[in-house]
Amino acid sequence: MSDHVERFDVPGGAGGGRPPQRDFPLIFERGAPGRRAARPPLTEGAPLAELLGEDALRAAPPRLPEVAELDLVRHYTQLAHRQFSIDGNFYPLGSCTMKYNPKLHEDAAERFLDLHPYQDPDHAQGILELLHGLQHDLATITGMDAMSLQPAAGAHGELTGILMIRAYHEANGEGEQRRVVICPDGAHGTNPATASMAGYDVVEVPTGPDGEVDLAAFEAALGPHTAAVMLTNPNTLGIFETRILRMAEAAHAAGAQLYYDGANLNAVVGRARPGDMGFDVVHLNLHKTFTTPHGGGGPGTGPVGVKAHLAPYLPVPLVQRLGERFVLEGERPTSVGRMRSFYGNVGNLVRAYAYIRTLGAEGLRRVASMAVLNANYLRTRMKEAGFTVAYDRVNMHEFVAQPPAGLRTLDIAKALLDYGVHPMTVYFPLIVKEAMMVEPTETESLETLDAYAAVLADVVARAAADPAYLAGAPRHTPVRRLDETAAARKPILRYGFAER
Amino acid sequence: MNTPDHLRYTPSHEWATEPDDGVVTVGITDFAQDQLGDVVFVELPEVGRQLAAGEAAAVVESVKTASDIYAPVGGEVVEVNQALLDAPEAINTDAYGEGWLFRLRVADGAAGNARLDAAGYRAVAEEG
Amino acid sequence: MPYVPHSDEDVRRALATIGVEDLDALFADVPHEILDPPLDLAAPMDEVTLLAHLDALAAKDQQGVPTFLGGGVRRHFIPAVTPRLALQSEFVTAYTPYQPEVAQGVLQATFEFQTMMSELTGLPIANASLYDGASAVAEAALLAVRQTRREAVLVSRGAHPETREVLQTYLWPLGIDVEVVDLDPTLTTPVPTVGDHVAALIVQHPNHLGYLEAMPAMAAAAHAAGALAIAVVDPLSLAVLREPGRYGADIAVGDGQVLGVPMQFGGPAFGFMVVTEPLLRQLPGRLVGQTTDVDGRRAFVLTLQAREQHIRRGKAKSNICSNHQLAALLATVNMAALGPAGLREMAEGTVRRAHQLAAALRDDGGDMAENGRFFAEFVLRTRQDGATVRRRLAERGLRAGVPLPAEYGLGDGVILAATELITDADIAALAGALHDIGELGAGASRPAEEVGA
Repeated sequence: MSDHVERFDVPGGAGGGRPPQRDFPLIFERGAPGRRAARPPLTEGAPLAELLGEDALRAAPPRLPEVAELDLVRHYTQLAHRQFSIDGNFYPLGSCTMKYNPKLHEDAAERFLDLHPYQDPDHAQGILELLHGLQHDLATITGMDAMSLQPAAGAHGELTGILMIRAYHEANGEGEQRRVVICPDGAHGTNPATASMAGYDVVEVPTGPDGEVDLAAFEAALGPHTAAVMLTNPNTLGIFETRILRMAEAAHAAGAQLYYDGANLNAVVGRARPGDMGFDVVHLNLHKTFTTPHGGGGPGTGPVGVKAHLAPYLPVPLVQRLGERFVLEGERPTSVGRMRSFYGNVGNLVRAYAYIRTLGAEGLRRVASMAVLNANYLRTRMKEAGFTVAYDRVNMHEFVAQPPAGLRTLDIAKALLDYGVHPMTVYFPLIVKEAMMVEPTETESLETLDAYAAVLADVVARAAADPAYLAGAPRHTPVRRLDETAAARKPILRYGFAER
Repeated sequence: MNTPDHLRYTPSHEWATEPDDGVVTVGITDFAQDQLGDVVFVELPEVGRQLAAGEAAAVVESVKTASDIYAPVGGEVVEVNQALLDAPEAINTDAYGEGWLFRLRVADGAAGNARLDAAGYRAVAEEG
Repeated sequence: MPYVPHSDEDVRRALATIGVEDLDALFADVPHEILDPPLDLAAPMDEVTLLAHLDALAAKDQQGVPTFLGGGVRRHFIPAVTPRLALQSEFVTAYTPYQPEVAQGVLQATFEFQTMMSELTGLPIANASLYDGASAVAEAALLAVRQTRREAVLVSRGAHPETREVLQTYLWPLGIDVEVVDLDPTLTTPVPTVGDHVAALIVQHPNHLGYLEAMPAMAAAAHAAGALAIAVVDPLSLAVLREPGRYGADIAVGDGQVLGVPMQFGGPAFGFMVVTEPLLRQLPGRLVGQTTDVDGRRAFVLTLQAREQHIRRGKAKSNICSNHQLAALLATVNMAALGPAGLREMAEGTVRRAHQLAAALRDDGGDMAENGRFFAEFVLRTRQDGATVRRRLAERGLRAGVPLPAEYGLGDGVILAATELITDADIAALAGALHDIGELGAGASRPAEEVGA
């Protein structure tokens, strides 16, 4: 049954057999007292007790690993082999935009490593020019008037944006009155969490049967208490909010500001701009649309863009151009303040800059077109494999599917692991039962998508033939299904050294 | 579905005893614990806290979700089930007994949301 | 077109499979009036052109010279093995480990990170990292507010000015007051009387000017009022300085750049937060825990996720959705490469070079506002303003001198730093350059009574 279906290597896997029973060692379980790898330059001098006072010093050293360099290398190399990655295989997580991270960007970033944020600005004109250029490019791409590169992640950008909206309403004397933020029920969890952190209450509006925000409910929810509306477009179902211009008008008429969550920009980058849709504030996820590395969970980067009326509230500092010089401008009396130290995740900002300069406008347009093409192609192939599509219509860069009757999303996800591919996002958005959110991105070839669909078909067929098959998956990964209940009930969050 | 007849229920899946010398015991139903999955942690209200009927009083956490528990009737928290802090699984294994959450001293005739009897609750739960 | 594999034939085949006429059909939902606007972006560059362009930009920046700058970022020794291991492509191009069976690499490395941060700080529970030190301080303050239900925090002026700005940004929307304790003439924080409206006392150690604070007394003062003691610490200093867990801190936070992350003009590095057991449920950010799989193998998994935004949504402890995993991994590998001995040697080198520099400047009449014990940094008062001093030193091939902020009331000056990478020749060069620009030598020093006035 499965002979024709291509199986890929499972990272750290057992090549079709059982994984070894033994525990993979922690770094603390390797090495021996007195061993070491790296040796820093040594400095002679007075003992620290003399320079700092005995009372300031710690009595016993921290229990860090003592390993020789080769053992260090083997440990972290073997650990890397136990890790799934984009470089390894297909990773179609919805709304994560797991596109290829170009190696060229690593070369680009290497040129700007040894820069201190407080070095003389006259001797940092190159990096400042780059950041200024990126501010301009991102503003152009999003159709906004000004950009801050400061936020460290999408959620951080969201907080920045909502705080700016709050400052705007306060400045207009409506801060007390406008206490509510509207989010669709399909919104990513960061949206209501951000609103709470900014001191707002959250009101949810429902998604209609067409997969778009219910316009009547939306308009009814708007009022003098509304501070902001947070939307993603296309939304978390991968569907473009076709009534966005009307929604923007309604929100503005009610005196509210419109916030764009840029998580799904890959669907329209280069082809449509949130600024043109009527949004007042935008955050971008450079680690999604602009392919800065996900790094196993971060660092991300979440620059935020605004229309002119909100520019006075941008966080400081911004990179400005004064004639031929670039400066970090920190004088902005109505700024919401600083969101973090220094200027932003510059290492990743350099990578995003390199990407935009490589693609240009035409390249970005192609990204969106092919992202949407690939998603619709995979949607079609998944339907052929027996999956239901929650809102079965032309979608954008992602879509939400459901498993065939009787099968659970969780079990299918675990079965996929044995084929060496990665499951899609599971159980999000919350408004679809047994949701499977799929985003292939534009950097995948059609053959990769075909292979994935074939794997899915095979999983379905095997599940039909053997009901116990799915429950026992995965079988060939380095570890199998985990006891997450025990992990939460009796948390063990650090290594237990033998008591000293 | 296990729904003892001697208890009162809310549509949000809490159960409450009839007042015994002015004190009502509150927990979550067997249906609710099944939906939540393995309970890993419980956040209980402070003793002495005044709760209004329908106010969020406690949080029951499983691995994949966290549910607010609402006071079925207004009153003052007089006791909480400390044993749950070490053994939250009691909610899964004995939702109506060892899995009780907290006790309230209720004012006479206090309005409450525990209007459903066992049959009424079963109907609500099956529908949703 | 780079990175996008589709040929015309691929596009034709895909459109046919989908059952639409052309690509436009796939964008039919986008209002035509906003579709395909012209974009004012530079023409695309090929690889060679791009790298030449970046080289030209980098040529305008001063890199690879002796560096005496601190203020939260320092240039330390990073062994070659550290980036080669941490930046393997499996770690770089992985996502958040939501499918733990194929993510034991990231999950175990994070568990190792949590353990190492716990060891450094002497507190039991570390999260998987936050964005940076400043936002970590803000998150710690919010934690204290949630835990104590009080509405103010007290922070020393010795905390980095940018940290205090970020603290304000995060706390203002929730109506939490931020009160500041000024430094005394010793350039350290006098132990304050903490009011019972205060959720936390926040003290940075070493402080922004470089000086060590009386941390045990600070913690005691906080606890006497029922407030939490938050220590903002330099993690490299903890290789030698007393751990926060040993002097009563409830929370230790700070920035991890000095543990093995390149400076990169200020980011990305990572923030860390380590707490006592009772604060576990309030801890923001990701946590990796140990468990077993169905066959009894030890394994690691994201845990206690019910605190986080994707479950708790509006009631989450924070909106934070990510951690700075790759930067934390650099630190993890680096700490394993150095071990306790190597980390101690780096800290010792840092302290000794900083003191050696201070002595050299003092010997040449330098006006040292030196009244306290310092770790890696100290204040030199100057005749010219700090930014001018820094620029003139840069012109002489040295990166030195963070301008002394006006809020400390010390007049003009610079904060100088040293690390184990500084050599005798570097120190001589800086002393010589400072002398040349008139900041040292006869006539440069000021009467003693002006210091700290």
